[in-house]
Amino acid sequence: MTATPYVVLSAIIFTIGCVGVLTRRNAIVVFMCVELMLNASNLALVAFARQHGNLDGQIAAFFVMVVAAAEVVVGLAIIMTIFRTRRSASVDDASLLKY
Amino acid sequence: MIAFWILAPIMVLAALGILFVRKAVHAALLLAVVMMSLAVLYLVLEAPFLFAVQIIVYTGAILMLFLFVVMLVGVDASDSVVETIRGQRVMAILAGLVLGLVLVTALGQITLGSAVGLGDANSGGNIQALANILFSRYVFAFETTSALLITAAVGAMVLAHRERLDPKPTQAQLAAQRVRDYAAKGLHLGPLPPPGVFARHNAVDTPALLPDGTASQASISRVLAARGTVRSAPALADDIEGVQQSLESLGDDAARGQGPAPANTEEDDR
Amino acid sequence: MYADITAWHDAVNIPLVDPTSTNGVLSLIWLVIALPLAGAAILLLGGRFADKWGHLLGTALPIGSFLISLLMFISLIGKDSGDRQVTQHLWNWVDVGTFHAGFDLLYDPLSALFLMLITGVGSLIHVYSIGYMEHDPRRRRFFGYLNLFVAAMLMLVLSENYLGMFLGWEGVGLASYLLIGFWQHKPTAAAAAKKAFVINRVGDIGMSLAIALMFVTFGTTSFTGVSHLAGGATDNTLNALGLLLLLAACGKSAQVPLQSWLLDAMEGPTPVSALIHAATMVTAGVYLIVRSNFIFELAPEAQTAVVIVAVVTLLWGAIIGCAKDDIKKALAGSTMSQIGYMMLGAGLGPAGYAFAIFHLLTHGFFKANMFLGAGSVMHGMNDDVDMRRYGAIRHAMPVTFLTFAMGYLAIIGFPGFSGFWSKDKIIETALADNWIVGLLALLGAGITGFYMTRLMLMTFLTNKRWKEDVHPHESPAVMTIPLIVLAALSVLGGVMLAGNWIQDFLAPVVGVAPHEDPPIPALGVTLLAVLVVAVGVATAWFLVGKREIPLTAPQDVSFATTAARRDLYGDAINDELVVRPGKGLITALLGIDRYGVDGVTTGGPIAVGAVAGQLRRVQNGFVRSYALSLLGGVLLVVLALLVVNVG
Repeated sequence: MTATPYVVLSAIIFTIGCVGVLTRRNAIVVFMCVELMLNASNLALVAFARQHGNLDGQIAAFFVMVVAAAEVVVGLAIIMTIFRTRRSASVDDASLLKY
Repeated sequence: MIAFWILAPIMVLAALGILFVRKAVHAALLLAVVMMSLAVLYLVLEAPFLFAVQIIVYTGAILMLFLFVVMLVGVDASDSVVETIRGQRVMAILAGLVLGLVLVTALGQITLGSAVGLGDANSGGNIQALANILFSRYVFAFETTSALLITAAVGAMVLAHRERLDPKPTQAQLAAQRVRDYAAKGLHLGPLPPPGVFARHNAVDTPALLPDGTASQASISRVLAARGTVRSAPALADDIEGVQQSLESLGDDAARGQGPAPANTEEDDR
Repeated sequence: MYADITAWHDAVNIPLVDPTSTNGVLSLIWLVIALPLAGAAILLLGGRFADKWGHLLGTALPIGSFLISLLMFISLIGKDSGDRQVTQHLWNWVDVGTFHAGFDLLYDPLSALFLMLITGVGSLIHVYSIGYMEHDPRRRRFFGYLNLFVAAMLMLVLSENYLGMFLGWEGVGLASYLLIGFWQHKPTAAAAAKKAFVINRVGDIGMSLAIALMFVTFGTTSFTGVSHLAGGATDNTLNALGLLLLLAACGKSAQVPLQSWLLDAMEGPTPVSALIHAATMVTAGVYLIVRSNFIFELAPEAQTAVVIVAVVTLLWGAIIGCAKDDIKKALAGSTMSQIGYMMLGAGLGPAGYAFAIFHLLTHGFFKANMFLGAGSVMHGMNDDVDMRRYGAIRHAMPVTFLTFAMGYLAIIGFPGFSGFWSKDKIIETALADNWIVGLLALLGAGITGFYMTRLMLMTFLTNKRWKEDVHPHESPAVMTIPLIVLAALSVLGGVMLAGNWIQDFLAPVVGVAPHEDPPIPALGVTLLAVLVVAVGVATAWFLVGKREIPLTAPQDVSFATTAARRDLYGDAINDELVVRPGKGLITALLGIDRYGVDGVTTGGPIAVGAVAGQLRRVQNGFVRSYALSLLGGVLLVVLALLVVNVG
């Protein structure tokens, strides 16, 4: 049983996550798409771990989950703060830092 | 591989769904689908520990956090369909297609051969094997991660904390304010009236009746009023005659010691 | 040490500079310069600490220099005429490669006379300034500048080489600049100082080029060396040297065409005008030419140029003097004219050198006397300088009037007075040399009679024209005593000619002219000169003395008068010939700099800025845009990897 199908699936989900980040405007949904991308990469890591027969890939996936948890906590707090002051969760509204 | 071929289409469809649903809640639920399926795939890929962590941390904690924030921000908030940045959507889809094609094509170019499998590595138990590596080779990264988590927690608290600008009013001050409001604006001094309590209705959706027989607006929640689920208290008296008749007809039964059964059935109908 | 190459010397009869070392009282020569220099240092560095006694110290030190000069002068007279050149080597000044210049001083009859004039008249003017500047809060500084000037002027006349002379030359230029602009709160004074400084720089270019040329030609700049080696140079080199030195002299002595600064220089305090712009500094040009006689004698073309410049200037200054209502400017015109006479004398060769110096000395006396007199009049008239508002001051200021009259009689050449002897000799020599030059000099004498009489009449005689609130009064004794001394010198200065003393005394320096019979007997020339002057005086009497003098200058006057009032358009000529082309050149250079040089250097930044101005539009603030470009980058990297790995 080869890892190729898993990796292809991972690539597809990663791409979908990418497009989601680029097209959705609700900050929460954008975040969800980021999580989707992280999960896709995790799948690839786990699949390769099995392909090569060692557990380093699983450890890496584990760290990715931890980092994702931390990222979500801070990110959602930021979204909350922005929403509290601007009454909007759209990423396009927070566009004052520009030329 | 059966599990994979079953779950893979589900995951792709759910992921695509995230792109197209308009409500954030739906997106979160579709994400839950992807994550649960992923957990199962982890099991298939001989990673039982990650299977548990995926369900507990991702689906259990992170996704709940998402839903929580979605509720705070507004369940009903939905994206408008109109794209604000010119060319963004077209370019994004184009770039996504190219990326997907490139990745898939590239993967199609290589042959991985059959997998080694984790039978040897997991021979002493997957969790034990992971712990072995985590606390030996990756211990420094592990400790750094703890610092990261602490920082994230503190950061989240700092971001979510709202500074109080004036001191919290005491009970005495609140009471004095009420009296001042009464003197200045004639606001009612006492507590709001409770909902109506009637012989057959005592729920919060039933307004209390004023002495002249009209319903008191102050006695019901504004949310219920907005939903339009408030009962009309005077209308409750419309079938009073029927009730009285039944009561009279039951008067004899009551003397025989029977309860008012019809009243219960009527309330269930409503 | 130059004996083998000076064979030409006997042929042309030019005296060489060949001094011996100093001994005895002559060893004090360095002290003459050091005293006023120390005074300048103390007064200028001492600050307010020196305010109380600064003017006394500043006066005492030049007097000390005068006493030393007097001792040295007596000692010099005591020597044989052949031994009257002594030198003192102080230290090696420049010692670079083949160029050596010592800080050497030369004391010979020419320097001796200058020393007497500078320290003598200088001391008198210092005494006078004590009274004149009494109410000025910056008096200490004034005396510091005056001492600086005296030290620099002494350096100029005592140096044994052109380099040291240049040091003094620049020093007096600096002092002149500082003193003309002494009342710097007046914009006119500041502008006048700047003008004097700038025009002097033109002359200084001539001086420095001459020094450079000397070094290239002779390998030395000492008078000894140059005087011995001059005969070995080509005629062209010598003429070039002569013309460059003449340019330097023109700048310093306000000769045409560098004359325009002198009239404006009258913005300075009157003692400054008397000391610097009448008696001493402006005569430095004459000194330079007389001192360089070993060059000019071998450069006849340059000598002719000196004569032409001199004649033009003596008439130019005299004409300006006729039209000026400002008493100091009238005197300044006169100074220009009289220096023209000296230059004429200096341009006439060995026959005229001694008379040029003689006239320089007598002019130093009577012109300082008249300037100080004018200062005294201004002192009594609330610093008014317009002669149209003077008149009949002789009653209010008798001492000033009498002393001024002595100077007046001396300058117009009244028989017996000092100016009579000196000017008459120059005219006589000029007539003997070239009758046109002689006649023009004679005409200048007539004009001198006219404008000085006009000045005298408008100031001291005729009717009273000053306002009621002006109370002319005699100046204090500290001012009148110098006037009396100078008046006495103006009257008696002619004794230097007695028995041809001055010619014999200066002979070791300037040589002796071969005796020529003048075309007209000397007595005839004298009578002619007196007659011409008398005509000038009489004309002034009829045109000025007999008529009512209007309080404001009439405007409906002849072209000649207007031109004279405007300094014969000297400034306009400078503007047209120098300033305007200069400005045009600067504007053109500025344009090249701005659009050519700057265009090259700033063009790049401007282009970058323009591109950046467009590129910054990319920073539109939308996170999703940035994410898209991020994805684009990822795509490129992935594609590149694929190309490298697969291809």
